[in-house]
Amino acid sequence: MDLLELARGPVLQAAAYILVGGTIWRIVGILLLKEKPDYSEPRASGGLGAALKVIWTRAFTAEPFKSATLYPKMMAYVMHIGLFATIFLFTPHIVFFEGWTGFDWPGLPNNVIFFIGVATIVSGVALIVRRLTSPVLKLISNFDDYFSWLVTMLPLVTGLLIPVRMGIRYETLLAVHILSVALLLIWLPFGKLGHTFLVFITRGTTGMVFERRGAKT
Amino acid sequence: MSTTVDTRHPPGVESERHSVKEPEIRHDRQGDMADEQRVEKAMHHFVKNFNTQTASYLDGCLHCGMCADACHYFVRTEDPKYTPIWKIELFKRTYKRQVGPFAFFYRLLGLKRKVTIDQLEEWQHLLYDSCTVCGRCSLVCPMGIDVAGMVSMARHGMFKAGLVPQELHETAKRAAETGSPLGITPEKFEERLEWMADEHEVDIPLNVEQADVLAVMSSIEIQKYPQSMAATAKILNATGESWTFRTDGFEATNFGMLSGNTEWQKDASMKLINTAIKIGAKKLVLPECGHAYMAMRWMGANMYGKPLPFKVQHISEYIADALNEGRIKVKKVDKSVAFHDPCQVSRRGGATKAPRDILKHLGVDFREMKYGGDYNWCCGGGGGVVTIKRADELRYRVFKLKMDQVEETKADELLSSCANCRQSFDDSQQHFNWNYTMGSLMEMVADNLEEDNS
Repeated sequence: MDLLELARGPVLQAAAYILVGGTIWRIVGILLLKEKPDYSEPRASGGLGAALKVIWTRAFTAEPFKSATLYPKMMAYVMHIGLFATIFLFTPHIVFFEGWTGFDWPGLPNNVIFFIGVATIVSGVALIVRRLTSPVLKLISNFDDYFSWLVTMLPLVTGLLIPVRMGIRYETLLAVHILSVALLLIWLPFGKLGHTFLVFITRGTTGMVFERRGAKT
Repeated sequence: MSTTVDTRHPPGVESERHSVKEPEIRHDRQGDMADEQRVEKAMHHFVKNFNTQTASYLDGCLHCGMCADACHYFVRTEDPKYTPIWKIELFKRTYKRQVGPFAFFYRLLGLKRKVTIDQLEEWQHLLYDSCTVCGRCSLVCPMGIDVAGMVSMARHGMFKAGLVPQELHETAKRAAETGSPLGITPEKFEERLEWMADEHEVDIPLNVEQADVLAVMSSIEIQKYPQSMAATAKILNATGESWTFRTDGFEATNFGMLSGNTEWQKDASMKLINTAIKIGAKKLVLPECGHAYMAMRWMGANMYGKPLPFKVQHISEYIADALNEGRIKVKKVDKSVAFHDPCQVSRRGGATKAPRDILKHLGVDFREMKYGGDYNWCCGGGGGVVTIKRADELRYRVFKLKMDQVEETKADELLSSCANCRQSFDDSQQHFNWNYTMGSLMEMVADNLEEDNS
């Protein structure tokens, strides 16, 4: 079994199992905590609608905070949209997902994806520069922040290197790319990248509690 | 309980606020616990009441640091230690190490170090002196984490560990022992009510056995702004509802909640709840006090353990309803007015609209502050901070933001509906020799009631 087969086969499969298992473990660990009922008389409904509302609205910055948070927010938008596009709208990826799920969807032209990939890396660099220079971020950052940044950037960089080649065999580059993806999948449930799924719980529960009070969300 | 206070820098519980400049650093301790035990207790009582929401908050922080830009302490000092999420760092760490879904790995790999007593003492300043639990940071967080709520939970741990700023602890203890943070006894309350009834020529019903409305006050009003009691009476009389003050349940403030002692919090709430039930009240009307609203409107029923058999309203909500329903009428006031929203009533309590309705009825030229309402800058004195003298200097620093916000409106009058904000404004006004005096919205209503309501 060569490196590519190893990466594409057992490694990716194991990573997928860890991703699913770790995610379930983390979510269940949080959801299983005891809940106390809230007996206060609600001002408004704090049901699922409230949760969905805040899951959506908190993606945007409220006016008073816009100027102070403009730089990280813009970079984070580029990063998230970029990751979504490069992962799900790149035709070879769609072919790969089709192999797994049986579904396919239209992708973006390769050169557009290449451009988006570069922009995503630029936003990543901008964010890490902020983390390394802002006094606030230097204080509150830990291993998880830096490592999570690294494992997010690696698949982007290794993916973009595939067409560049630099005299390296395509199969080797692809294998390295897949291995970096495996690392990302393995790490995702455990560190801060868990916000991929935790965001629905944090924003959702805040929505339910504060909308119920009729308070600002 | 014995108390260890740094004798070189004694707390200023009894001294005049403006007499002594307190040194900035002083760690207070209550009780005789060993250091190890304090750490253990702090953490245990922090994580004790964890639920899905709070656990996801501690798990979900991205360390983006945006909360710093919403916090008045950071904005004014640019000191990173005032970043809101950093204020609960020790507790976040303990959660991950001891409770979180991957606690085992964190411990096994030594990824999260154990919290030390020195750290907890340092954090006493971050959790009490430099957080008013105003919740502005909770609105900027892209994950929707309610950082202010976490600070309140951390305070539960700090209280059990005996690591509360001494003045706040003394105030809370006095409230638990005497029923009032300022030591106001039922007799003194009655005395002051009589005085106000005479002075303002208003009937003030007291200890009526059955009434539809139970009105309560905050000690700050009884002591410093006694005219509030007369104003409350004038308004309630004008509505024609049957109502009363009671000497067995009059104190609305809840220093148990502010200091982090849930037992004391419950005792204070239950006193009002039991009184309201005893007189068959349909409504409990809370005074102009921010945290009293949080304590009773949103936490009262949970202290009681079931839904309350009466409605709970802030006085501004009560007045707004009475005006909107035409039960009382007010004369037009030809003034421009800026309104300071108490954080716990507006931003966190959801009653932002009520004062605006009242101001509309008063016909004033209402000057909304830039980013007022739900995004208002806090007065700097909430969350018990105004009681902590060593925090004064910092409190004045953050108050500058508020001054700018008010001055921009160029309004004739400045009003609020929280006596604690008012006291904090008064103190800062004196400090800065500022030309704005904080007034009470309720008092403006009482002063301008139409005699004939028909």
